[in-house]
Amino acid sequence: MTLNKNLKNIFLVVFATLILSACSTAKKSGVIDGDVYTGKETVEYLAAGVPDRVFFATNKSSLTTASRATLRKQATFLRKNKNLNVTIEGHADERGTREYNLALGERRANAARDYLMTYGISGKRISVISYGKEKPVNPKSSPVAWSQNRRSVTVKVN
Amino acid sequence: MKKIIFIFFINIIFLNKSYGLIEVDITRGNLDPLPIAVSPLHVDIKSDEYEGLKVRDLGHEISKIIESNFRNTGLFNPLKKEAFVQKPDIAHLKPRFEDWRLIKAQALVTGKLLVKDNKLKIEFRLWDLTAAQEMTALAFTTTPSNWRRVAHIISDKIYERLTGEEGYFDTRIIYVAESGPKSQRVKKLAIMDQDGSNTKYLTLGNELVLTPRFNPTNQMVTYMSYFRNMPRVYLLDIETGTQEIVGNFPGMTFAPRFSPDGKKIIMSFAKDGNSDIYTMDLDSRVVERITEHSSIDTSPSFSPDGKFIAFNSDRSGLQQIYVMRSDGSNVKRITFGKGIYGTPVWSPRGDLIAFTKMRKGRFYIGVMRTDGTGERLLTENYYQEAPSWSPNGRVLVFYRETKAGEKGEGFSAKLWSIDITGYNERRLSTKTDASDPSWSSLLSK
Repeated sequence: MTLNKNLKNIFLVVFATLILSACSTAKKSGVIDGDVYTGKETVEYLAAGVPDRVFFATNKSSLTTASRATLRKQATFLRKNKNLNVTIEGHADERGTREYNLALGERRANAARDYLMTYGISGKRISVISYGKEKPVNPKSSPVAWSQNRRSVTVKVN
Repeated sequence: MKKIIFIFFINIIFLNKSYGLIEVDITRGNLDPLPIAVSPLHVDIKSDEYEGLKVRDLGHEISKIIESNFRNTGLFNPLKKEAFVQKPDIAHLKPRFEDWRLIKAQALVTGKLLVKDNKLKIEFRLWDLTAAQEMTALAFTTTPSNWRRVAHIISDKIYERLTGEEGYFDTRIIYVAESGPKSQRVKKLAIMDQDGSNTKYLTLGNELVLTPRFNPTNQMVTYMSYFRNMPRVYLLDIETGTQEIVGNFPGMTFAPRFSPDGKKIIMSFAKDGNSDIYTMDLDSRVVERITEHSSIDTSPSFSPDGKFIAFNSDRSGLQQIYVMRSDGSNVKRITFGKGIYGTPVWSPRGDLIAFTKMRKGRFYIGVMRTDGTGERLLTENYYQEAPSWSPNGRVLVFYRETKAGEKGEGFSAKLWSIDITGYNERRLSTKTDASDPSWSSLLSK
């Protein structure tokens, strides 16, 4: 029994250490969840509290919970500024073939556009353009840089 | 060497019309490059001066181009000229075979030229030193300013005679010249001779340009441009410089390529987040939709008989290569290996598809049969993609990028080539960083 209890405690300690070390490694790379960027670096703002961009996982164009929250803020902002039109730029990281990345950037930009439209923004106000991997915001070749580059950015047109 | 001699004997046994002369086996790679002596072409002393040309040096310069072409194939070993035993004019009349054999040469190229009345008259002979006889000879006349092309055409003739395959030296490569920091790259269309000389820029760099591709039947080019911030496929005549937008699409068109007869452009059109493949007939301007699928369909490439199209799709989840009939029917996935696949390009011989493979953070250029079997990875690196075939289907050119540091430093993009044997990987010299190469067909065909 005691032995068992001791073992259990040891397990608990080991388990706890594992969790802690997992936390600390996650913190080290800091700003990536899965491989979606969650940090604030490179982000600009359409207005106070309205981030201009959302980030994507490798080869994906689905919106994360955080991305959807950001886009809802953009939708609110666009509803308040009725005469404002925007272009959504879709981007990919450098770790893919050029042509596929052009298509992927287009798909990402449209994912953001579709979401804004479900929140009542007219599609006529939102154009999209894909730059594929041609315009990295962070030129470094690292997982964090790539996660910052997998993005769609809402840009004011007028 | 042994192999070449062996082939030589086989040829003697199976006497063909060429009397069993030396032959270079290009299916095995460069295990035993053939020792070849390229004598400087003799310049006739009756030659005129010609504006902008050092006529006296021309024979030497032409022989240097031929040597460099041969060396770059990996199949030949051009011997040092210091060891040459006969004067060019005498060797051209009739070489002393035993003397040339002494320096271990197996083949000898000789020639002479004359510049007279604004014309360049040139002739060359290829000699088999082992069999002690002439293998081929040719004479032609052109304008003197064409002398580099003449050197390439001679190289092609010799390559054809020794390998039994069409040459690829009298060709050009169109590519994207890159400059500036990584996050603000300036990109221009550039064209150069296959050996890196005669670089010309076709756009100014004001707008982003990508993926130029040659028409296999003429000197037209299709490419993608962000002119006026509208990413579209364009058609460019490199002789006249005229260009026009291809089709009237309400969104991005990209990944263009010509059909093998040069009459259609096949490309992707992206709409509402979905990319499908279309063709446009250049004469009738009729646009045809080829794929209709909610996935990304891109990087289309026709088979040389025009009956099939290889393309890239993520309809199974991630990028894979598919083949279909040219009307879009009978779609079949052909890649099932570990990793993801992109940029299928059908060989001009029709038997292979070149591709880019991505696996565990590494990039490979490879070839496979057109049903996806027989995959061979030719080269592995940090980042490389976009293979393009030499017109004879023996060599692939592609681009390779290096890893960048904190501020993008250390980044470069260069053109490389590799034989489909997997041998002879080498960097092509370009004046600037370079990407997206496309190899022309033979100019003199």
